[in-house]
Amino acid sequence: MEQHEHVIERYERAWILFGLAMITVFIILIGYMMLTMGNTNPVSAARIDATKVRTEGDFANPRVEQVGNEYVAYVQAFSFGYLPMEMKFKAGQKVTFYITSPDVQHGFKVENTNINVQVIPGEVAKVSYTFKKPGEYNLICNEYCGIGHANMVSKIVVEP
Amino acid sequence: MAVKTFPKIDVYAGAPEKKYTLFMLMLGFIALMVGTLFGPLQAFNYGGLDLYPFLKPVFQSYYQGLTIHGVLNAIIFTQLFGQAIMVYLPAKELGLRPNMTLAWVSFWMALIGLLIAALPLLGNAASVLYTFYPPLKAHWAFYVGAALFVLSSYVSIYLVLEMWSRWKRANPGKITPLATYMSVTFWLMWFLASLGLVVEALFLIAWSLGLVAGVDPLLMRTLFWYTGHPIVYFWLLPAYTLAYVTLPKLAGGKLVSDPLSRLVFLLFLLFSVPVGFHHQFADPGIAPYWKMIHTILTMMVAVPSLITAFTIAASLEVAGRANGGKGLLGWIGALPWNNPTVLAFLLGFLAFIPGGAGGIVNASFNLNQNIHNTVWIPGHFHLQVGTLVTMAAMGTAFWLIPHLTGKPLVARGMALASQWLWFLGMFIMTFSLHWMGFLYAVPRRSHIAGSPIAMEAYRESSAWMVLNIVSGVILLIAAILFFYVIYATALQSRRDPERVMSEVPFSEVISKPEGSSLALMTERVWFWFGIAVVLVVLAYGPVLFQMFTNMNPVPGQRLW
Ligand code: HEM
Ligand SMILES: [Cu+2]
Ligand SMILES: [Cu+2]
Repeated sequence: MEQHEHVIERYERAWILFGLAMITVFIILIGYMMLTMGNTNPVSAARIDATKVRTEGDFANPRVEQVGNEYVAYVQAFSFGYLPMEMKFKAGQKVTFYITSPDVQHGFKVENTNINVQVIPGEVAKVSYTFKKPGEYNLICNEYCGIGHANMVSKIVVEP
Repeated sequence: MAVKTFPKIDVYAGAPEKKYTLFMLMLGFIALMVGTLFGPLQAFNYGGLDLYPFLKPVFQSYYQGLTIHGVLNAIIFTQLFGQAIMVYLPAKELGLRPNMTLAWVSFWMALIGLLIAALPLLGNAASVLYTFYPPLKAHWAFYVGAALFVLSSYVSIYLVLEMWSRWKRANPGKITPLATYMSVTFWLMWFLASLGLVVEALFLIAWSLGLVAGVDPLLMRTLFWYTGHPIVYFWLLPAYTLAYVTLPKLAGGKLVSDPLSRLVFLLFLLFSVPVGFHHQFADPGIAPYWKMIHTILTMMVAVPSLITAFTIAASLEVAGRANGGKGLLGWIGALPWNNPTVLAFLLGFLAFIPGGAGGIVNASFNLNQNIHNTVWIPGHFHLQVGTLVTMAAMGTAFWLIPHLTGKPLVARGMALASQWLWFLGMFIMTFSLHWMGFLYAVPRRSHIAGSPIAMEAYRESSAWMVLNIVSGVILLIAAILFFYVIYATALQSRRDPERVMSEVPFSEVISKPEGSSLALMTERVWFWFGIAVVLVVLAYGPVLFQMFTNMNPVPGQRLW
């Protein structure tokens, strides 16, 4: 067993080096993908008074606007739905969502995409995406928001 | 029929710490039992089968049950198990007695805190899940009880540091024994880690009592996840400690390297805390470069688990070969699979391999956007805490309850069966949850079986749903077997100290700490604690400073 020991320690060192190398590769890959593959990480566009979301400003009038070749959507995620109720875009055109909540936290997850936003009252989240494939996408609340949480599913329609 | 009587023995007379440990342990298992009750119902929910209407008179909603499940299993059970193991092991190893008055103070704080928090939970006045994100607003008793419960762990920190310094004074210049080293770094890590939750609790208590009108949800999330990541290491490290210091011996071998085991715990002390933004990748209000920094640090904290994988596997191989196993894989068959404790650890670690791989996916910033808040996440952590940590606790209970009480284990066959079934059930369930989350974006924390809209939206995942129902049934049987075994063991009137393990099965080690420069380096615990504090300040300071100086409070809501 004692001579075994040195062998084990050599393997052990090799294993740790392998682990560190693997992690380094992962970090590089993540950095690379973030820079090249269309970063969909939500950022903060502004802070807002959550108690006035329903009555004042852009979110009191939830809508999808076409601006040139792009879309801007102002979305309210509330218990238990999304406004505007229906969102339609054309495939291949960039959409920028501004999302906030008048009540509690919600999720804004679009099926089959990397769009996955934590909607936090008081924060306006901004995220951009270009839908490539036409079709209907489920828009899903994936943050528990009360008794109607499971019903909080909507649709995004992408036309060819 | 003659009734065999056993002499009455006071097993606790010379060892009051045993009684304390038993109480902590059993209270933890009671919490686990009640919390686990809801598990199969949740698995059925993700199978499209809704049994909640039948619970109506007692439990009002899926979410009330889920809150109880998360709080009792992941907060109450895990902490009590840590307070039992990570105080008892160093006490036995050092041959010292913890301050028993304070030990009981910690027990009563935990019990009273638990009862205070249980009232609103059972009364459906705190169905906010175990993350209690504002603006969802629970009854004040929930926050107060939870705070008292968590503060009980501060007493445990003191108990261990005090024993350690007593030992140090009596043994100047000596290297801290291994289990004690693990325990000390564990509790220091927890102290640093818990501060976020403690500060959050001050806000929440003031808010729930009506002293302030609102709290800032983003700040509360950030404080929560400051603690919320390291809390998983707080759950995990008692299992690791047992795997390092007892498993090799129970399996018939030795621990391969003592210094490396210390390094593992030191790395956890350093890197557990400054990583919480990996729970906030989807949050607005935290700049992407901060998220990237936490991504890198999170990858670092995978290193000690990678080392653990090696050390434990190597120690098991040594054990298998000592038992006569030959060839490349023969040592595996030679391990004592018929020992329910060893079995529990072996299966738990097996589940930990896919669990760890999934964890690295979660930590990878952009990959996380695919699976954040889908059922992938409960799929992932039931491999970690629901399988490894829980099975380590269950397996340890099989020798620890007899050791503490002098009552031999009953129904050993059932104990073995419970572990196989638990592993199998968890494996099936987590497999299916991973795919449902990844492929169909099925959200976590969602009463989908009660919602026709949801069932329609996720109908494509129905093949995977069947697996959840199967796993729910298997896990229910596993849980019944396990709880039968431990209660039948603990409550029997027979004491037979001859037939139980009288000593804690501390493993021998092959590579000793004496003369190792690595061991000497890790021994400077306070220096490393200082470094850990600096890392936290660097990784959190600027963001928290900004959040504290720009608060945007929001009023509370009760939407259940
Ligand atoms: C019979 C065994 C168990 C089963 C069948 C089970 C099943 C489940 C399921 C299906 C979920 C997802 C619920 C949802 O997101 O709506 C869940 C959540 C959870 N489970 Fe378990 N579980 C079991 C045991 C455990 C154990 C032993 C632990 C920890 C020690 C645990 C900790 C958790 C936690 C922390 C959550 C998340 C709660 C939340 O999202 O608020 N579970 N469980
Ligand atoms: Cu919602
Ligand atoms: Cu984490």
